[in-house]
Amino acid sequence: MTRAAFEHDLQRLKIEVVRMGERAGEAIDRAVEALRARDVAAAEQVIAEDDAIDAMHLELEEWCMRLLATQQPMARDLRTIASVFAITIDLERMADHAEGISRATKRLGAEPLVKPLVDIPEMDIRIREMLRQALEAFRTQDARLAEQAAGIDDAVDQLRNQVLHELLELMVKDPQTIPRALELLIVARHLERAADHITNVCERVVYMVTGEMRELNV
Amino acid sequence: MLRAMETPVGERHAIALIDHTTAIQAEAVHAWFDLLHALRGITMTIPERKVTAVIGPSGCGKSTFLRCLNRMHELVPGARVGGSVLMDGQDIYAPGVDPVQVRRRVGMVFQKPNPFPTMSINENVAAGLTLAGERNGKLLDEIVEQSLRAAALWDEVNARLHEPGTSLSGGQQQRLCIARALAVSPEVLLMDEPASALDPASTLRIEELARDLANAITIVIVTHNMQQAARVSDFTAFLLGGALVEYGPTNDLFTKPKERQTEDYITGRFG
Repeated sequence: MTRAAFEHDLQRLKIEVVRMGERAGEAIDRAVEALRARDVAAAEQVIAEDDAIDAMHLELEEWCMRLLATQQPMARDLRTIASVFAITIDLERMADHAEGISRATKRLGAEPLVKPLVDIPEMDIRIREMLRQALEAFRTQDARLAEQAAGIDDAVDQLRNQVLHELLELMVKDPQTIPRALELLIVARHLERAADHITNVCERVVYMVTGEMRELNV
Repeated sequence: MLRAMETPVGERHAIALIDHTTAIQAEAVHAWFDLLHALRGITMTIPERKVTAVIGPSGCGKSTFLRCLNRMHELVPGARVGGSVLMDGQDIYAPGVDPVQVRRRVGMVFQKPNPFPTMSINENVAAGLTLAGERNGKLLDEIVEQSLRAAALWDEVNARLHEPGTSLSGGQQQRLCIARALAVSPEVLLMDEPASALDPASTLRIEELARDLANAITIVIVTHNMQQAARVSDFTAFLLGGALVEYGPTNDLFTKPKERQTEDYITGRFG
């Protein structure tokens, strides 16, 4: 017995998870780009498209349930399906952060930014690379790559702290900037949380491959 | 965990089971059917008052191993056993050991319920004792009731104890056989695919019973059904080609087996 059909189904499931991850990553990129370009219409589009990612999440969850019910998976297969459950939640939340960023962009409207965007796009670049590695680790079942990807979270946190300090200084100097500075702070916070979700994805990849449940990057 | 990964299979069992009292210690158990070498040196510790499952594909030797644990293998013409099986430090294959006594300490139930066809429910349960010469009717009645209660059958049959054992349903017959095995107060109960001929509800009752019985006695269960092994057992052994491939806590074996062969078998990719 080789379970060819089940094997095929699992492969397709994994491909769909990667696709969902890519969608969530694109949402973050586009949200940051909309902020940078002060493009409210683009931000609204990111918000509108979040429903599609939510739908992907539900579909993958149902798929996992079906495999659990009909295939009684064991060992690596069981770990894979259990991990996909968890990973899709993290990817869905990641996309929610893209939506959060876009809402901040909308609130800022056409008002001038309190400072040029440097660290926030930099955070986005790190997140993009982190997600790329995490999804590649998931696809190829590479625990070491997953650990490496999770390591990028520190850089994202550092950038976020940098943003925080700069904005605090601005707000202290000129309280008029507070509402606008807070929006950027919210954006940085969303990005930082998105990276945390990718770290969770990396933890699940390590679990899938090794059976070891442990926190990365603590 | 790391330690367990680096040590050879034999020693790993010792680590996994170190906190448990040993009911049976199998040492390099070999078994033959004439020239067929069916078991190739199985060493494993079966912990007391736990459920230990033995899984593996057809012909892997799991039933043969079970039958070596109460000297039933040797009943097959041309069959031989090598190695030792220790209970309380005593080899059950040592010269002078009475196999009948061994089978009393280590009872067995089989795939197909096999109540004695000419006997009533009551007589079936009491059979082991009456064959051993017990004539005290009151004592026999007490033991029959206790055994049927322990086998979770009493409530269903107490009003019809004198009806034939074969009048019961398949699931009830299997519990009757379990009651019959329990009546002689075994320390260990071997179950060879005890639910494979039963419907799902009866199967779950047998599994529940195995779990309950493990509060008092040691259970070793051979099963083809991996979900059953996962549900019912504390420890699982995986046999392949007459050899022990992996043995450890059931939760670990079914979520993160250490051996590739185990992984392939339990995920259905074997062969």
